Amino acid sequence: MGRSWLRHPWVLGSAGVAVVVVLWGAIAATGAVDRLFLPSPAAVWAAGQQQAQAGLLWKDLTASVGRVFGGFALSAVVALPLGMAMGTSTVICRLLEPLMGLIRYMPAPAFIPLLIIYFGLGELPKVLLIFIGTLFFNTLMIMDAVKFVPKELVETAFTLGGRQPQVLTRVIAPCITPQVIDAYRINMASAWNLVIVAELVAASEGLGKRISLAQRFLRTDEIFLGLIVIGLIGLLIDLGFRFLLRRSCSWAN
Amino acid sequence: MHLHVDNVSKRFGDGRHSKLVLDAINFTVNTGEFVALVGSSGSGKSTVMRLVAGLDRPTSGQILVDGVRVQGPGSDRGMVFQKYSLYPWLTAADNVAFGMELQGRSRREIRERTAYFLEVVGLADAGRRMPRELSGGMQQRVAIARALAAEPQVLLLDEPFGALDIQIRESMQEFLHQLWQRTGLTALLITHDLEEALLLSSRVHILAPQPGRIVRSVMVELEPSPMAQLRVSRPFLELREELAQCLRSLEPSPVA
Repeated sequence: MGRSWLRHPWVLGSAGVAVVVVLWGAIAATGAVDRLFLPSPAAVWAAGQQQAQAGLLWKDLTASVGRVFGGFALSAVVALPLGMAMGTSTVICRLLEPLMGLIRYMPAPAFIPLLIIYFGLGELPKVLLIFIGTLFFNTLMIMDAVKFVPKELVETAFTLGGRQPQVLTRVIAPCITPQVIDAYRINMASAWNLVIVAELVAASEGLGKRISLAQRFLRTDEIFLGLIVIGLIGLLIDLGFRFLLRRSCSWAN
Repeated sequence: MHLHVDNVSKRFGDGRHSKLVLDAINFTVNTGEFVALVGSSGSGKSTVMRLVAGLDRPTSGQILVDGVRVQGPGSDRGMVFQKYSLYPWLTAADNVAFGMELQGRSRREIRERTAYFLEVVGLADAGRRMPRELSGGMQQRVAIARALAAEPQVLLLDEPFGALDIQIRESMQEFLHQLWQRTGLTALLITHDLEEALLLSSRVHILAPQPGRIVRSVMVELEPSPMAQLRVSRPFLELREELAQCLRSLEPSPVA
């Protein structure tokens, strides 16, 4: 078929983005909307170059990315054994599930005041916010993955002479790997939301901080820049997880 | 090896809502024997298998292997489930090797035995393929190879061909019968298919439903002949019909 190139998954997706950017440029060029509210793509690009040259962009980026990765890595590392324990042991599950269900519904940003009181304005409260905000989702999703491991796979291991620790490492762990990677991918998005919220409240650098500063000076071009950079990094991380999933778990596709 | 299911009953739930699913089951399996339990759904036949495998505990009675009471699952009783039991992230060969790795055998032994048992089930060339690339019949053959490679004293087959198409099922029955003749394995087969039980087994127990209990046991003493001929031979058909009547009589009569 002549249109087979259309079937490449990236073609239509890129087209969608391109259409929005072109529309944005067109509307900005007509001057129908005040430039203060809608900066042109060129203006945003210029703002980006300016911030990059001043070293701000890189500093903000590393600050935000560092917080996200720090908090999320902590959450991922704690969630894995916790979720597996809850998935395999009824006792631990009954003990922790109601508690987690409760805390999960408390909006993580509402913890910011407490975290600031406890830990001040440094890096720790921001990292902890991301940790708190993603731990319970990560844990519960891993627990669910464990519960959906087919019973036959576990029982087969036992009838082949396997013992409990072997079943955990040789059957359950590989079986849930795709779902764990996917859970991390999905919850990474919340980590990004949270780092921006934390930086809006209190930070000296970071992409969220830059946005709130830009608001104070009515620099909408810088706000646009911040949003786009955050979106791009998020997309990159998402693609990274998808790539990891495809490479490490080709059997699950 | 002597497997003795000794007066085993199983009750699910407790109190008023409990249900007796197995009532005083007795049978034995000796080395080299191929024993089948035949029953309709609700006869508790899979429960018998889970008890023998050690995946569940009997409510009363006991299961003995060479006089030692079964306390849980172990590699002396290898199990083949109806389906979904290959590890999808492992190749066919790694699946066969899996039990031996759990047992901590040497690399070399694992490699040799894996190749041998893949050969035995006729899949010597399929070792590198992933389970999803194999047909249902091939997957079950890998599952059988995996169970055999772990060197069980008795192979527990829980409706191993129940999920397969009829033609594949017949060729798998043929395959299993040859495997039995060649390797002298000891097996306990659970099935709802009377023909399958009679073709493969030296002894057949008929289970009545609700609660599951053995109502009839027969030695199958048919002249050895190719399976295709056996299927249509007069003594075979007569025995099958006789037992089929027995099975029908156990079903609750259909409401008119």
